[in-house]
Amino acid sequence: MADLLIAPFVDLPFLRLALAASVLVSVTCAIAGTFVVLRGLAFAGDAMAHGVLPGIAVAILLGASPVLGAALSAAVMMAGVGVITRRSRLGSDTAIGLLFVGMLAVGVMITSRSESFVGDITRVLFGQLLGVRGVDLAWQAAALAAVGTIAWVARRPFLLMSVDEGLARTSGFRPAPYHALMLAMVGITIVASFRTVGTLLVLGMLVAPAATGALVARRVATVGLVAAGCGAFASWAGLLLSYHLDLAAGASIVLVAVALFALAAALSALARRRGDGGELPHPHVQGHAH
Amino acid sequence: MRTDAAAPSVEARGLDVGYGRHAVVRGVALAARPGALVALIGTNGSGKSTLLKTLAGMIPALGGDVHVLGGAPGASARRVAYLPQHPASSHTLPLRARDVVAMGRYAHLGLLRRSRAADRGACEAALARTGADAYAALPLRELSGGQQQRVHLAQVLAREAEVLLLDEPTAGLDPAGRAAVLGIVEAERARGATVVMSTHDLGDAERASHVLLLAQRVVAAGGPHEVLTDAHLRECFGFTQLH
Repeated sequence: MADLLIAPFVDLPFLRLALAASVLVSVTCAIAGTFVVLRGLAFAGDAMAHGVLPGIAVAILLGASPVLGAALSAAVMMAGVGVITRRSRLGSDTAIGLLFVGMLAVGVMITSRSESFVGDITRVLFGQLLGVRGVDLAWQAAALAAVGTIAWVARRPFLLMSVDEGLARTSGFRPAPYHALMLAMVGITIVASFRTVGTLLVLGMLVAPAATGALVARRVATVGLVAAGCGAFASWAGLLLSYHLDLAAGASIVLVAVALFALAAALSALARRRGDGGELPHPHVQGHAH
Repeated sequence: MRTDAAAPSVEARGLDVGYGRHAVVRGVALAARPGALVALIGTNGSGKSTLLKTLAGMIPALGGDVHVLGGAPGASARRVAYLPQHPASSHTLPLRARDVVAMGRYAHLGLLRRSRAADRGACEAALARTGADAYAALPLRELSGGQQQRVHLAQVLAREAEVLLLDEPTAGLDPAGRAAVLGIVEAERARGATVVMSTHDLGDAERASHVLLLAQRVVAAGGPHEVLTDAHLRECFGFTQLH
């Protein structure tokens, strides 16, 4: 059994690097994803993940760093999503959707100008987990430190805004700058993770483990811990699936993360049905005032 | 707690409140000193919640003067607590009742200060006063509507504020729950807090030191006996009190 589950990571250095990178991605995504799920920003996160494509394409075209291009593109998307979610008279999902496809269209137009893009864009969309180098790990660790610091420092306004922006405002925290900071945190996560799991799949790591945590946890801190655990397990199990069955590594990891969510959702529904016919218990308490 | 016995905690002159450019109520005049209870009464859409949101600093005043604890609304988050009419989406979040109440201290804690014994004590006292201590460890999403309402009131009390802005705190409560909330309001007044409270219940309004009767304008303002007259009530609601 050990040969099946552990030996590949012991024997193959590239697989060890891939595991280290994907665990770092998992923990980064767990921290940012907790607030994405609690604040209902999954679609905005999806738009940002896809919106980095034009920047990466331009960077490749100019021979510049794709990470720099992704960061610039993410900044444009953050500004757009920030303005839309706060000021649009349309539903924010409609406006974000239009911004998302607009940015994607720009990316496709740029890439369609050159056939040499095909390989590069495939790596951008689906990642290059098995080609991770030491320097990628260092970037990912730096992103984890940045995201962790932002989440810790701004945990109170982030939590208040997840409940209600009005509560944040009446608690002395202006929502606009903290909303921008939360989007910046998501942007850093996406830009740092696209080399490993790709822009198409990073949303899976951002949302699925955190959604699993939100389903089973009673506290916000526990949501993050469950998300990190699920993400790390998905990294290990996904890489094993990829190794033994010759599947795409990033996609295998995301699939395991989504399967864990489905399992948690099914078990949670079953527990509620067995408990009291679908209704959660309401403890009876006498009212009193002192 | 009392800042200056002579100075009103909440003061408005010619205050216009509303959304965007649309005024919901014009010309509100108010001077509430420490220990006062101001009752806002009126029909749905009469401007009660809009006025409370303006006093809380959630929406800007459209005209006139308004001061809360001597400054602009929203400038003294630690000293003012606001209970919205429909405390929002925390019902779907993984938060225990105790965590929701602890959020009431965030205005004091700011970004980085660690919670101290005094903060935890304020939360425990607020839970006990509202009776929510019995289910403090349960997730909010597993509590009934009335229990959630008590938890949100406990969050407001945990701030230990000098001004309490309460938007229909007794709505939907059974008689025991309503009596408990009104008892808490009286206790807050006794310690010197100023309470501005909207209500649909004329009985609640009769306890107030000052009543504003609203119908997208100020129909009447003053003591309960001056304001809650048959003529004013007929003008506002189209009916009079049952005697």
